Amino acid sequence: MMTTQTKQAFWKGIRQGIPIALGYLSVSFSIGILAVKSGLSVSAAVAISMTNLTSAGQAAGIGVIAAGGSYLELALTQLCINLRYALMGLSLSQKLDSSFQHMIHRFLTAFGITDEIFAVAVSQDGQISAPYLYGLILLPFLGWSVGTLLGAAAGEILPKLLTDALGIALYGMFFAIFIPPMRKQKSIAFAVLMAAGCSILCKYGLPALSSGFAIILCGVLTAAVCAWLFPRTHAEQEGQS
Amino acid sequence: MKVACSILVMAVVTYLIRMLPMTIFRKKIQSQFLQDFLYYIPYAVLSAMTIPAVFYATADIPSAVLATITAVLLAWRGLPLIAVALAASGTAFLTALIEKLFF
Repeated sequence: MMTTQTKQAFWKGIRQGIPIALGYLSVSFSIGILAVKSGLSVSAAVAISMTNLTSAGQAAGIGVIAAGGSYLELALTQLCINLRYALMGLSLSQKLDSSFQHMIHRFLTAFGITDEIFAVAVSQDGQISAPYLYGLILLPFLGWSVGTLLGAAAGEILPKLLTDALGIALYGMFFAIFIPPMRKQKSIAFAVLMAAGCSILCKYGLPALSSGFAIILCGVLTAAVCAWLFPRTHAEQEGQS
Repeated sequence: MKVACSILVMAVVTYLIRMLPMTIFRKKIQSQFLQDFLYYIPYAVLSAMTIPAVFYATADIPSAVLATITAVLLAWRGLPLIAVALAASGTAFLTALIEKLFF
């Protein structure tokens, strides 16, 4: 039986997943178009989206498949681009409440760690429960799969003007997540500005570095410097989770 | 067959990356430094993912810059995620439309 609390947590997740799902619908639309253009079938395109649920990784993977790359090359590409999810999983593992005592919930929800789902989940006050995380993952997963299907099957029905504009929606969401805490806490403002600076340096100074690795490098360096410069008091650490 | 195996390789590698940390770290990390490190990770990672990539997220730089300014202003005022996301898209769309019509 689902308790009221479980239902509430699930629906809270569903509601918060709506903007992510809308963003995914448009991004995966272009992934679908890319897959078909690269010579994959519609069902292969949808299968990739349903089993991978990641934009940059899929785009790179489709490129490797189209170029006839080896399985090893494919695996290494995915490892480089998607390794940031390990960092996110580690961060999220510290925020899970007692409903995650059952390992099955960890195995299942881990599949749904994406940049956007992580961002929303980790910005919640206090701990998060399994029903909440299932709710949060559900609509974005559907949006990602359906968007890929539409893009692959129906090609370019949507005007390019519209799909281009939708591409920025997810970044808008990121701003809405990290800017408000910057106003409250100088250390967070510092973290955001330092990471942005590092990221710009990587992009233009080290163009050979893949974007996935650049994110890990900038994130780890910035978080380590901030933990050293701005250690939180015991009370602050307790209050956070 | 080759495509099916390729999809499987992608899926397995990506899943393991996501699953291992979530299942290995089941207890609260005790180190103060690591706790603080993980506290700052989301902000640092999100910022690095957004900047400068956001400037290349639309058809051209001007529409992306205007959309970014809109998003930052609205986020600063504490508007909800969906409002900021849609406003950014709307700004990018209008900018691209105006460029198309007048330039």
